Amino acid sequence: MGILEVKNVNKRFGGLQALGDVNLSVQDQTVHAIIGPNGAGKSTLLNVLVGKLVPDTGSVMFDGQSVLGRKPFEINQMGISRVFQTPEIFGDLSVIENMMIPIFARRDGAFRLHAIEHTENEKEIIEQAEHMLESLNMADARHDHSAAMSRGNKRRLEIGMCLAQNPRLLLLDEPTAGMARADTNATIDLLKQIKEERDITIAIIEHDMHVVFSLAERITVLAQGTPLVEDTPDNIKGHPKVREAYLGESA
Amino acid sequence: MDAILLQILNGLDKGSAYALIALGLTLIFGTLGVVNFAHGALFMIGAFCAVTLSKILNASYEVIDETKTDFLGNPLKVKLTYIESWFGPETGAAIIDWAVPLAILFSIPIMIAIGFIMERGLIKHFYKRPHADQILVTFGLAIVLQEVIKAIYGANPIPTGAPEVFRGSFDFGVLLGYEANAIIYPYWRMVYFAFSALIIGGVFAFLQFTTFGMVVRAGMADRETVELLGINIDRRFTIMFGVAAAVAGLAGVMYAPINSPNYHMGMDFLVLSFVVVVVGGMGSLPGAVLAGFLLGILESFASMNEVKNIFPGIDQIIIYLVAIIIILTRPRGLMGRKGVMED
Amino acid sequence: MLGLNKKDTTLLIIVAIMALFAPFILNPFPEGSSMAQMFNAGYPDLMQRFVIFGILVIGFNILFGLTGYLSFGHAAFLGIGSYSAVWMFKLIGMNVIPAILLSMVVSGVFALLIGYVSLRRSGIYFSILTLAFAQMCYNLAYSVLGNPASSYNLTNGETGLQLSLNDPRILGGAVSSEGSLPVTNFFGIAMRDSVQLEIGSWLFTFNAGYYLCAFIMLISFYVSIRIFRSPFGLMLRAVKSNQQRMNYTGLNTKPYTLAAFVISGIYAGLAGGLLSSMDPLAGAERMHWTASGEIVIMAILGGVGTLIGPIVGAGFNEYFKNILSKINDSVLHQWLSFMPDGLEDAIVGVLHFFVGKGWHLSLGVLFMVVIIFLPGGLVEGGQRISRLFRRKKTDDDADKASHSTPAE
Repeated sequence: MGILEVKNVNKRFGGLQALGDVNLSVQDQTVHAIIGPNGAGKSTLLNVLVGKLVPDTGSVMFDGQSVLGRKPFEINQMGISRVFQTPEIFGDLSVIENMMIPIFARRDGAFRLHAIEHTENEKEIIEQAEHMLESLNMADARHDHSAAMSRGNKRRLEIGMCLAQNPRLLLLDEPTAGMARADTNATIDLLKQIKEERDITIAIIEHDMHVVFSLAERITVLAQGTPLVEDTPDNIKGHPKVREAYLGESA
Repeated sequence: MDAILLQILNGLDKGSAYALIALGLTLIFGTLGVVNFAHGALFMIGAFCAVTLSKILNASYEVIDETKTDFLGNPLKVKLTYIESWFGPETGAAIIDWAVPLAILFSIPIMIAIGFIMERGLIKHFYKRPHADQILVTFGLAIVLQEVIKAIYGANPIPTGAPEVFRGSFDFGVLLGYEANAIIYPYWRMVYFAFSALIIGGVFAFLQFTTFGMVVRAGMADRETVELLGINIDRRFTIMFGVAAAVAGLAGVMYAPINSPNYHMGMDFLVLSFVVVVVGGMGSLPGAVLAGFLLGILESFASMNEVKNIFPGIDQIIIYLVAIIIILTRPRGLMGRKGVMED
Repeated sequence: MLGLNKKDTTLLIIVAIMALFAPFILNPFPEGSSMAQMFNAGYPDLMQRFVIFGILVIGFNILFGLTGYLSFGHAAFLGIGSYSAVWMFKLIGMNVIPAILLSMVVSGVFALLIGYVSLRRSGIYFSILTLAFAQMCYNLAYSVLGNPASSYNLTNGETGLQLSLNDPRILGGAVSSEGSLPVTNFFGIAMRDSVQLEIGSWLFTFNAGYYLCAFIMLISFYVSIRIFRSPFGLMLRAVKSNQQRMNYTGLNTKPYTLAAFVISGIYAGLAGGLLSSMDPLAGAERMHWTASGEIVIMAILGGVGTLIGPIVGAGFNEYFKNILSKINDSVLHQWLSFMPDGLEDAIVGVLHFFVGKGWHLSLGVLFMVVIIFLPGGLVEGGQRISRLFRRKKTDDDADKASHSTPAE
């Protein structure tokens, strides 16, 4: 039984079958990559997992509980954090403020009217946020305006914000899309470090095979909305079906 | 039955004005993505174009009428308008009488010019700023335009009559076999409705059948692709802003005989026109027209005594109530496309 | 102090001192002089308006400044607060405290209902929803609920809701000892009581109502600082910055925005209650959407999202309005008499449109200028000027040290 179990999920947009009978099992504390050509349904699948889309049929269980019909913030509170394709951070806030928000969310839940305390007096939260920034090598930038940072640093901050919530499952949507090689490698290193240091499951949707093969322990290939194969990276590399899906070669 | 017919007719003229203003608002929103709070002011300026032309035509000088004397026995001084002295008394009087319809010609260049200046001079600089800033700057402009008009024309409404032939009312009741005076309807309101229908038809035909219109519609649907084809969509959108301003202005010109123009009439219509746009569906031109007429008629039904006795005050809030229900249950409005400002 | 850091404490103290000495600060010219007629603003009713509108805009800023939700119907809460207070004076008694409390409660309830519905949408839809609700309130107050002949005459329509000798006032004092209408009071201190102080040819007026309003404004300002600096305030700023990230960080944005909406509605109700406490008369025009627009204008003029901005904006708006409406053509001629006649007449002819009854036009122009060139309002303008001076200074220092510093 994996930590995330997707069973018979179907999703249609008008005449387009975006997801057809998707079955997927992500094992606890592994790095699981989902790859596939454009239009294979990767993003649709991700949006189903985080509650943005509701599938027509099927079930999605996280740690024994259904996520279907729950709002994104509820699913997040269950322990699933999401990193977006373009980094989504609080651009108007400083770096340290960005980092404090997920820590507040972890401590206080989805809503708390704590309007009387002074933020500066939340020593515990500030400490944890600074600690987190240090582990990301961003402690010096703590008072910087976050919108002004480089894309690589925004990505770093976003991943850090997700980790600050201590999620059980981290979902990454093409985390290195549009990044320079150096930033991509830095992101790979960061994810490797996370994997070593934490008891965390990572599911990653990715185009860049370099990233996939550097990180993944299991790979699912999605094509036309249906899983084609699921195997270890070594077995995927030479798989005829995968070559067919990607290159259109007939086997 | 006759009461229902009467209410539908009564709703038509207000509905026409709503539809025309909402049509312009939607054109601007759909092309430029700007929520124009100054659109009501354009309607108001249109109405004052009619006032201005009528004042110009009535400009006069004093002459001594030898044939008459005042009570002291001196020759009487009478005022003679320049128009009458140029065109002769009969033609001149006819021209003055037709001031409001003539103001249509007078207002079109003025309104298009105002539209161009507004877009190029001000709104252009706000495309990249948040929606709130666009609302605020056009709101500021609306105040300024309104106050300028107030400074020039004063705060009181200025009665501006329709041509002589259109004064009076038509008795629909007799025509349809009801008793006389059951359904009477002023001629000018019929003219207004017909005129609105003509303008609306004209705008749709322009967008539907001209190459220019087709490019604009394509740009509304997918701006980037049209730009990739090497078409200067910005310039066309600017022209559409001018067209939208002219539509609002014309709606105002012809409305002058229905309600004496005053400086705050634009604001009064603007709030309701927004509601109309929202009900029709943000960005949908047919939706704006449909919702304009529907809400105009609905408002007129709600003001029937039979209805008011059951729901006191319903006539005052019906439009807002409908808008709130629509926004909450069907945010894209009656005919809006999915996904346009739906969150 | 009071749980604030040093900078905020200083700000609070400065505002407190300004409020305390406002009768002096606003009356710089000797009584009776022509400058005094024009520029003195230390009159009780004007000073009361400064602080009451300050409260209103401070509250509006908690919603718009922090969350970015632009409400175009905030005047509805001001009006509801005003009516509630007058009803309290009619039914219970002339003490202002119960009236103010009721204003806050009633507006809070309305804000909860209107906010719950309006906040289901964001952006321009939210603005239009609030506008629609406010116009509904206005129309109802003006027509059905204001028809003296109807059985639910809550607002007395066009005339406005006012006190009468027949009111019950169950706590006594339905009629004053002279047999006229009683006056509003704070545990016996009449709101219109004033003490006057004459120093030389200067005359200063200290009004009880003003000091009550100023004290409440200070509390309101203090609360708003606390909200800005609290984790709750941080969350509201996060809502403005990125709702998507909020949702995917396990935070429910709806209750945050609703709480901000209700708080700002209560502030508006409080302001309305105070207006009625100073002058027990409430009219529907206070709820009209142009009144809502004026709240937005004051907030923008001062500087949205800053602490002091609302007070600056409200004060500036009221002061500006007061001066401009007093200037007329003869005053202009007097001022410009040093010019050659033709030029003088021409300039007066142009300025004529901007002064006296034309002050709306000046305000509209000023508002546009601020939005176009100074989106941060007068506060940002002040900051830019002070930065200009500071940079000049650092440039000088840099020259002395003969090495250049990189531009900021």
